[in-house]
Amino acid sequence: MTTPIIRINQLDKSFGTLKVLDGLSFDVMPGEKLALIGPSGSGKTTILRILMTLETISGGHIEVCGEQLYHMQKGGTEVPANEAHLHHMRRHIGMVFQHFNLFPHKSVLDNVTLAPMLTKGEPKAKAEARAMELLDMVGLADKAKSMPSQLSGGQKQRVAIARALALQPRIMLFDEVTSALDPELVEEVLLVMKRLAAETDMTMLLVTHEMGFAHEFADRVLFFDKGRIVEQGPPDQIFRNPEHERTQTFLRKIIAAGHRV
Amino acid sequence: MADWSGYLNLILQGALVTAQLTVYGSILALAAAFLAGLGRLSQWRAIRWLSTIYIEFFRGTSIYVQLFWAYFVLPFMGISLSPMAAGIMALGLNVGAYAAEVVRGAILSVPRDQYEATTALNLTRFQRMRHVILPQALPLMLPTFGNNAIELLKATAVVSLISLTDMTFQAQIVRAQTGNTLIPFAMILILYFAMALIISASMRLLERRMTRGLDGVR
Repeated sequence: MTTPIIRINQLDKSFGTLKVLDGLSFDVMPGEKLALIGPSGSGKTTILRILMTLETISGGHIEVCGEQLYHMQKGGTEVPANEAHLHHMRRHIGMVFQHFNLFPHKSVLDNVTLAPMLTKGEPKAKAEARAMELLDMVGLADKAKSMPSQLSGGQKQRVAIARALALQPRIMLFDEVTSALDPELVEEVLLVMKRLAAETDMTMLLVTHEMGFAHEFADRVLFFDKGRIVEQGPPDQIFRNPEHERTQTFLRKIIAAGHRV
Repeated sequence: MADWSGYLNLILQGALVTAQLTVYGSILALAAAFLAGLGRLSQWRAIRWLSTIYIEFFRGTSIYVQLFWAYFVLPFMGISLSPMAAGIMALGLNVGAYAAEVVRGAILSVPRDQYEATTALNLTRFQRMRHVILPQALPLMLPTFGNNAIELLKATAVVSLISLTDMTFQAQIVRAQTGNTLIPFAMILILYFAMALIISASMRLLERRMTRGLDGVR
């Protein structure tokens, strides 16, 4: 029996008086591919942002790779994590954003090599060799010298995936990575992610509105509503035979909106 | 008729003093602007306060009064500055206070997205500022820095009040000795204008170089 790589226990998150996550608990096993689905405002993106330490939490505990993410031990008592602890924990986790967030002043290659050189002290030659491998994997080796502004949305997102992979995180978070793309560019990004899922044992959490892709990609699907998990299970179960009415209504609406399941 | 070449030479000597004040004052202003501008964004409250006090004080009091303090009042506290040093200090700190807000504003205008990307890539605060935020904020600062430098150039005229022989001071001398008002004042008008043109042209050049490759981003 392996131990979970992520353990979320009684997690609360409020923005002011708005409760976004409400006593949320779930585990993720190493290598597991998880799809988080649900209506807007159900809290799924917030979970990824919390795991990436882009938000603070209001209550509860998160354990990542056997260590507390938002807490640390000090003199035998548990205290909120400081920046040094967060820095220590972040090396396990990488994230790809909806709007790519590439550095516009740096070339594609420099976007990918910046973090390995700065955070791991990798020599330029080594970082560049690895970056070229990754760019090759996402099919953009010929764009290494381009600036981000010269790329299409799909290409930008593939660079962003390569950039996140360069740090070799054990956990990858994908936050609606195709939502900002023109429909004809979605496929090239999904293809890269499918290959990644097939070829690595990385743990992946995916927030998406592409139900067809979630079905194909995920080992387990979590359906969220109002900051809670309504229903979870293997994709076939969630998409073909959802138990809860809330899930059924959501999927009906998605299908009516033209999405393939 | 007076010996004009001698008088014109006097004004050119003054122009040199004005140029020196502008260059050294701008360097001090730039340093003060970055210290206070970054200081206002510091995570430490004491540094934020110090920066705010500096900025509000130097923006909120007259440059004349600041100059008089630097030259006439500081000696009572045991700090005696040469007229040149006092002039540079007053000009640099005064303009630096305005430019500090430019630094702060430009840094804040870099989108949140960029900060989040650096967190996801686990950069430290310093690395984030040095490699991601400042390179994007600098091109935004340049046009206003150009304005600030020209303001500083024109403000150098106040140092004639502490007997520094800058361009305006020399023009007054020439006027007093020759009784001619038009020629010396026309000459310094043209010289100030030429210096301002040099500043704006070099800022434009710098701006073009720094935004190379960034076209289409904003």
